[in-house]
Amino acid sequence: MEILPILSALRRNKVGAVLIALQIALTLAIVCNALPVIQRHLERMRRPTGIDESNIFTLNNQWVGQPQDLRSRIKGDLATVRGSPGVIDAVETDSFPLHGGGSSAGLFLAPEQKFPTAHTAQYLVDEHGFATYGLKLEAGRWFTADEIGEMQPHDTKVPGSIVITRNLAHALFPSVSALGQMVYMDTRAAPSRIIGIVERAQTPWAGFSWAESFIENSTFMPYEFLYKGQYFVVRTRPGQMAGAMQAVQNRLFAQSHQRVIDDVQPFAESRKDTYAVPRATSVLLTVVCAVMLAVTILGVTGLTMYWVTQRRRQIGMRRALGARQRDVLRYFQVENLLIAGSGVAAGVVLGLIGNLWLARHLELARMGVGYICAGGAIVLVFSQAAVLWPALRAARVPPAAAIRAL
Amino acid sequence: MLGYYLQLALRSLRRNRPLTALMIAAIGVGVGASVTLYTALEAMSADPIPAKSSQLFNVQVDNWGKDQESGELAREQIAYPDAAALLRAKPALHQSPMYPLAFNIRPTTGDIKQFSAPARAVTADFFGMFLAPFASGGPWLRADDQRHANVVVLGASLAARLYPAGNAVGNVITLKDRVYHIVGVLKPWRLEPRVYDLTFRVFLQTEDIYLPFSAAIANQLWTAGGNWCNRPFPPTWDGRLASECRWLQYWVELPTASAVADYHGFLVSYAQEQRRLGRFHWSPDVGLPDARQVLRAANMTPPGMRVSVIAAFGFLLVCLFNATGLMLARLSGRFTEFSVRRALGASRREIFGQCLADATLVGVAGGVLSVAVTLLGLAFERHLLRDDYARLIVVDVNEVIEALILAVVAMLGAAIYPAWDASRHPPAWKLKAE
Repeated sequence: MEILPILSALRRNKVGAVLIALQIALTLAIVCNALPVIQRHLERMRRPTGIDESNIFTLNNQWVGQPQDLRSRIKGDLATVRGSPGVIDAVETDSFPLHGGGSSAGLFLAPEQKFPTAHTAQYLVDEHGFATYGLKLEAGRWFTADEIGEMQPHDTKVPGSIVITRNLAHALFPSVSALGQMVYMDTRAAPSRIIGIVERAQTPWAGFSWAESFIENSTFMPYEFLYKGQYFVVRTRPGQMAGAMQAVQNRLFAQSHQRVIDDVQPFAESRKDTYAVPRATSVLLTVVCAVMLAVTILGVTGLTMYWVTQRRRQIGMRRALGARQRDVLRYFQVENLLIAGSGVAAGVVLGLIGNLWLARHLELARMGVGYICAGGAIVLVFSQAAVLWPALRAARVPPAAAIRAL
Repeated sequence: MLGYYLQLALRSLRRNRPLTALMIAAIGVGVGASVTLYTALEAMSADPIPAKSSQLFNVQVDNWGKDQESGELAREQIAYPDAAALLRAKPALHQSPMYPLAFNIRPTTGDIKQFSAPARAVTADFFGMFLAPFASGGPWLRADDQRHANVVVLGASLAARLYPAGNAVGNVITLKDRVYHIVGVLKPWRLEPRVYDLTFRVFLQTEDIYLPFSAAIANQLWTAGGNWCNRPFPPTWDGRLASECRWLQYWVELPTASAVADYHGFLVSYAQEQRRLGRFHWSPDVGLPDARQVLRAANMTPPGMRVSVIAAFGFLLVCLFNATGLMLARLSGRFTEFSVRRALGASRREIFGQCLADATLVGVAGGVLSVAVTLLGLAFERHLLRDDYARLIVVDVNEVIEALILAVVAMLGAAIYPAWDASRHPPAWKLKAE
C-alpha cells in the first residue's frame, strides 16, 4: 500500500488536512455527548402516566363568592358532567397526574417511626375514579360508594382504606404483598388499610427533578373534594373528546352562571406542556447534531473535490505511468482514511473528556468507550462516502491530462 | 481600491459556485444556530433586575431543625411567626414579607363571565425594592400597612380591563366581598424570572393586584401558593398563622456590605433568642442570599439547554474550520491571479487585503443567511416551548445585528490564514511553473 507517498503529499496540504481532522474530531465529540442527553429526555417524556391519556380532558371550576350549599352544587355538577353526551365517567378532585400541583405525604409502617418509609402523591377520588382514569387493577378492589367521605382543603383526615400503585407497594413492602397491609399517613392517627393495588399512576410532578425519586408512588384516597374550586377529570368515548368538552361546559353554565371555568384542556395538551422544555431541547439538539454532521461531510467532499482539481496533472502522470483507475480511487480513499482516522482518534479523546465534564456538572451517565468508538466508526464510514464522488472523478482523469496544460 | 477588491471578489464568487455556496451555508447555519440557542439560554438565565439584584436579600430562617429529613425543603420560604417578628423588630428597613393570592374578578362592563386574577400581599416598600414602574398614582403609605388599610395597586392589564378610560386610581375593586381602594396602577411590568417568588410558574408575568400584607392577614386571606409543613396542617386560621408551616417569602433591601453584615448578625441573634425561648432546639441556621444567588440556586435553566448551547458553539467552531478549509481551497485556485498581480506591482499587503475583501463579501452573504436561520430558529423554538418559556424568547433587532456581526467576524477570522497563505507567494513564481 502506498502510504508513504500519500503522507508526503499530505505534508504539502497539511493545513487543509488538519482542518478536516479537527472538524471530524469536534463533530464526533459533540454528537456522542448530545445523543445520551437526547435519549434521556426521550425516555422521560415517553413514560406513561398509567391513565387513559388520549380520552381524558380536565377543566377547572371555581364558584363565585362563598356558596353555602357546596355539597349539593358539587353533586349536581358531577351528575351533569357524567350525564353529558360522549362522557364515560368523571371525578372532581384537587389534582391529577402531570398537573404540577397537589399534595404529597410520607407513609409510615409503624407509629413510632421517625422518618417515612416512602413518599407518595395523594389523589382524591370517589367510586368513579377507577373508570374515569382507566386504571389497571393488579390486586384487591376499588372503593365502593359507601366508603367515600368528604375532604376539605387542609383537612388532616386519614382514610380507613386506600388504593396504591404497584411501585409504592414495592417501596413499602419489598418482600411481601402489600394488599391488606396497614400504613400510617399520620403517625398520631389511625392507620389505613391497603385495599387495592393499581399498575401505574404517575404523581402530579413528573418533569420536576425533586419528585423524580417517587414518580410512580401514588395513593388514592376515597374522598369527595369539598371546596369552591376544583378540577373535573372527564373521560370521554374515543373520538368524542371535542364534542364532550363543549357539551360539558355548556351544561355546567346552564346549571349555574355563578362560576369561572378555565383550563379546559385535553390531557394530551397537559403532557405537551409538562414536557415542553425537554422536547424543545431534544429537537434542537437533534437538529444541531444533524446539521453539524452534514456540514462536516460536505466540507470533506468540498475540500477533496478541490484537491482532485488541483492534482489533475499528477493524477494524469500516475495514470500514464501505469496506475489503474482503481489505484487512483484507492489513493483518495486511503488519504481520507488517514485524515478522518486521526480526526476520529482525537474526537474519541475529546468526547470522553467532554463526557467527564458533563457527568460531573449535569449528572449524566458516564459514556462507554465502546459507544464512542462505534460513533467514530460511523463517522469514518460517512467520511469515506463523502470522498467517494470526488475520488471517482479523480479516477476518471485520463492519462493524457499529464501533458495537457491546465 | 476597496471597490476594485470587491469587484474582483464578486467575480471570484461567481467563478467557484459550489465552494462559495458551501461556505456561505456553513457560516450562515453555524452562526444562526448558535445565536438561536444562545438567545434562549440568555433569556432563561437572565438577571431580571440587574440594578437591584445585589441589594435585595432573601431572608431564610430554619424553623424545623436538622432532625427533619426535609429540613432543606422550601428554605426560601419562612413561617408566619418569624415573618411577623422580623417585621416588628426592624421597622425602619425596606422590607416585605409576601405571599401569592388569587381572586375572581367580575368585569365592570360587557361580558358577565368572571375571571381569575393573580395577586400578591406585600408591604408598601415592595414597589421601590423591586422597581415596579407606576403609570399613575403610587404605592400605598407605610401608615396604610400599619392600619391594615384595604387599598390595592393594580397591574396594567387588569386596570385597563376594569377601567378602560384610565380612571382606575381613586376607584374601587371588590375582592372576596370586600371593597379595596385603588391607589396606584403599574405600567406593564416584566420581571422574568419572577425573582421574589420562584415557587411556581416563575416566567408568568407579575401579578394583577397588590394589596397590603397586613390587610391580607387581617382579612384572613390564605395563600394561593405553596405551603410546606413538617407537621399536619392546623385547620383554624389562628392555628395556621401560629404553625411552623413555611409559606411566606421575605425580602429585605440592604444597600451596603455593613448593612448586610448587621442584618445577618441580627438574624443569628433572633434565632438564638428563639432557642432560648424554647421554640428552636438547634443552633441558629439562617441564610441571607441575594437575588442573584437565589436565582443561581434555583437553577432556572433547564440542564439540556446548556448542553444545546455548548453543542451549538461547537457547531459554530466546526463551521469555522470548514470555512477556513474551503477558503484555503478557493484562494489557492487563484494563485496564478495573485502572482500576476504581484508581478504587476501589488504588494503582499494588497493581496492580503483583497483576500479579506473577498472573505467579507462571503461573510455578509453568510450573515444574511444567518439572520434568516436565526429568525426561523427562534420562531421554531417559541413553537416548541409553549407558554411560559416561549414568552421569554423575544425576537428583536439585537439578535439580527448579533448574527450579522458574528458571521462577518467569524468569516474574517476563518480567512486570515488562507489570506496570509495566498499573499505569501512570490510574484510570477506561479507563472513560471505553468
